[in-house]
Amino acid sequence: MGVLSWARAKSIWVLHFNSGGCNGCDIEAVAAFTPRFDAERFGVLLVPSPRHADALLVTGPVTKQIKDRLIRIYEQMPEPKFVIAFGTCACTGGVFKGSYSTCGGVDKVIPVDLYIPGCPPKPEALLNGIAELMRRVRGG
Amino acid sequence: MSVIQVPVGPQHPALKEPERFILHVEGESVVKVDVKIGYAHRGIEKIFERKMYIPGVFVAERICGICSAAHAVAYSLVVEKVAEVEPPERAKAIRTIAFELNRIQSHLLWLGILAHELGFDTLFMLTWRDRELVLSLIERLFGNRVTYGAVVPGGVRRDISDAAAKETVKVCEKIIERAREYLDLCLSEKTIVMRTENIGILKPHQSIALCAVGPVARGSAVRFDVREDEPYDALELLDFQMVVEDGCDTLSRTLVRVKETEVSAQIVKELAKKLPAGPIKIRLPMKLPEGEAVSRVEAPRGELFYYAVSKGGDKPYRMKVRTPTLANIPALCEMLKGCHIADVPVILASIDPCFACMDRVEVVDSSGRRRDLEEMLRRRGV
Ligand code: SF4
Repeated sequence: MGVLSWARAKSIWVLHFNSGGCNGCDIEAVAAFTPRFDAERFGVLLVPSPRHADALLVTGPVTKQIKDRLIRIYEQMPEPKFVIAFGTCACTGGVFKGSYSTCGGVDKVIPVDLYIPGCPPKPEALLNGIAELMRRVRGG
Repeated sequence: MSVIQVPVGPQHPALKEPERFILHVEGESVVKVDVKIGYAHRGIEKIFERKMYIPGVFVAERICGICSAAHAVAYSLVVEKVAEVEPPERAKAIRTIAFELNRIQSHLLWLGILAHELGFDTLFMLTWRDRELVLSLIERLFGNRVTYGAVVPGGVRRDISDAAAKETVKVCEKIIERAREYLDLCLSEKTIVMRTENIGILKPHQSIALCAVGPVARGSAVRFDVREDEPYDALELLDFQMVVEDGCDTLSRTLVRVKETEVSAQIVKELAKKLPAGPIKIRLPMKLPEGEAVSRVEAPRGELFYYAVSKGGDKPYRMKVRTPTLANIPALCEMLKGCHIADVPVILASIDPCFACMDRVEVVDSSGRRRDLEEMLRRRGV
């Protein structure tokens, strides 16, 4: 493990992006940063700009309208970057699968590193996902 | 001074959801707002037509994760009206408990968001900590935190045991205590009062003319609450106190929501103390008769409206949803006119926008001209 990945694993900054989900996942993701779960103690921080982010936390099934924006935001992130698909919608399209205005999952649009299923996943699931991501970053 | 356009969104730190606002700014003040919606449009009304009546309720819940119980109840009511069945008394009481707990968590969440927009992050953390109390209770009662899956057409899927009912009463007492503290805080804390008083004015006549609903209307001294006008489920049995404030600004909208948190906790407490006995569900026939129906409920953000058409068979022919945020958008555009650009996030938060709910329509103009959404909504009488 190099110094870089050691440092990076302890300060994963996350950009949260809603690609047209129902908000259920978004409030659970935000709840993970509030006192009861407190993801910040692992060095994880929600940041407002893609240029500061290490990981992109995407919720929602990616509507056709938002698709181009998602790609643009992904491209604006500096390397190395990770994408977390949070929620069943983001993983597979969920209940909105087959609808005329959704793409059916984040991985149809940009590469995904980590899937967290659940509708919505509990904040504990996000913490677990973050721990997994840290392990991967440390591993190289 | 020339007018500059400032685009906000669809990805913007002040917005938690993808929506686009174009602010026309002259110096420091906003002269006009253009709203572009449709980023979260998922084609749900079409999905309803492919789902059978009972699985449809799970799609309805997923229109919006924050007011999931409101959607589930409104959907169930409309399907029951088409089927001409009436759920048992106990089911009605449990539904109302789910509904009002949902309102409590939604209002607490909103107070946190407002505090965050004000730059008062301590309050944000405090309200979200209290919100976890309600969420844990909801998880205990219905098995899930956000989308409950408890309410279905014909009744509810999970019963509340006596022990759980006792716990509900205890949590409600705690919430009432906290809501009173927040009310004190909102009235006395300078940080809140100075940034919300006389900000985002919506006069009563404007509120009526623009068809504002929910806490936005009630914050402008308009007495309009579906729970009083047309009580549904167990609310018929309760003596309900509507909360109205006459400040017409962001502060009064805040007070309406904080007071409603207490009112809702009282309702849940009362219901949990004397749950009627009996079954929790009746069977709905697979195929529903021909017909149409509407249902209205008071969601945390205002009046939520469902319209269903059945042509016989096991799937709806058409399901139409009108959500409260859409009705409040013209009022929002009015509030934003003339305000300082620094107040925009606060005013925006004050209508408690839920864009996931709102994106029922996608505006496609074949002539390629850009249309003013506000104009269109007014013309369609939304
Ligand atoms: S996974 Fe479920 S809770 Fe999350 S955005 Fe999709 S429908 Fe909503």
